[in-house]
Amino acid sequence: MDLTRRDFLMTAVKGAVIATLPLSAFRFLSPSEAAAAIKEANTRWGFLVDTQKCVGCGFCVKACKNENEVPYDTPLTRTWVERYVVLKDGKVLIDTPMGGRDGFTEQTVDGREVDPKDIGKAFFVPKLCNQCENPPCVQVCPVGATYQTPDGVVLVDRKWCIGCAYCIMACPYGVRFFHPVHKVAEKCNFCYHRISKGMRTACVEACPFGARQICDLKDPNDPVTKTILTKRVGVLKSEYGTKPQVYYIGLDENVR
Amino acid sequence: MKSHVLRPLWVAIGVVILALIVRHFIVPPDFGAHERGFMYGFHRKSNEDEWKAVKVKYLTKDYCKECHTDKYESNMSSKHRIIQCENCHGPAIDHPENPEKLSVDRSRELCLRCHSYLPYLESMRSKIKGIDPSEHNPDTECSMCHDPHKPDLEE
Repeated sequence: MDLTRRDFLMTAVKGAVIATLPLSAFRFLSPSEAAAAIKEANTRWGFLVDTQKCVGCGFCVKACKNENEVPYDTPLTRTWVERYVVLKDGKVLIDTPMGGRDGFTEQTVDGREVDPKDIGKAFFVPKLCNQCENPPCVQVCPVGATYQTPDGVVLVDRKWCIGCAYCIMACPYGVRFFHPVHKVAEKCNFCYHRISKGMRTACVEACPFGARQICDLKDPNDPVTKTILTKRVGVLKSEYGTKPQVYYIGLDENVR
Repeated sequence: MKSHVLRPLWVAIGVVILALIVRHFIVPPDFGAHERGFMYGFHRKSNEDEWKAVKVKYLTKDYCKECHTDKYESNMSSKHRIIQCENCHGPAIDHPENPEKLSVDRSRELCLRCHSYLPYLESMRSKIKGIDPSEHNPDTECSMCHDPHKPDLEE
């Protein structure tokens, strides 16, 4: 054999390098796979609620409960609509019958007659999970059953949740509740099965008036993100430092 | 060498090793701190895909218009074009296989969600044509006079 020592060493080194490359390095990604991989890292889901457009029809609540199989005839709901009636004497009446599932059809608030002449201002405020940047509900979970995805949505692992309800107590917005069928903590997840397929959430689709909008906060060309960046918006309970990612147009001091 | 100090130590080490072995089999391999770190991202990674796999039920107007073109077109020419078909007819899911028929809700309550007048000048509600349900043809279905797809009687 006329293999020199130099050739032998070179071949051995090359062979060793090739052997360390994993097979997956040679797998070709389809363009959509590559786009999806990049997209996930570059997405941060956010939400915009325009309270001035909400009329209290409750179609969002109905759609959410059906889409996400939250028992329909219970007051439990992932999203709800609150009615605020501020009287001229400063008194504030708030109600949300069945979370606003069947809309607001009567002038009585919480069974109380209100004379239209006494009303200073009255409006509706839709509420849902704020998908906080610093979610206190996630911090307190003792078993790692609730967590934040890379694109910012807080999810509950139904197989892992032990139902201790610590997260339900920790949420300052009262968004979480106990699912009576699955016996685990339940919450709005921005319809994760829809937004991850490029669709919009069930409540956004159901809203006839555009009072609810979902957006990608990392995409500066997203029209809803543009609105959040350029218009005057507020968030709920900013004093808790949770950095909520549901933005509101037309908030009132009485809204908590 | 036998020692009354070392013996419980071996027992303790044995318990720790046993616990680690049990943990190895019980905890899924994809469980751990992921992208959002230990505080917010400590979870079972495959649960994200479980949530993504949930069935979509509301398919929006684009799904309906293929077959129900006439209803779609009459609806799109009216003020009610902003309302999704499924808001009133229920989620399409796998229609026409499952469910074979969607419901037709003729109750007054459905229309009153928006059209029961509320004197809330600050909200858009007061800008919608509203009625007092106890005075405007009570006990009559709204659809007796108004076509829900195209409700304006003057058009």
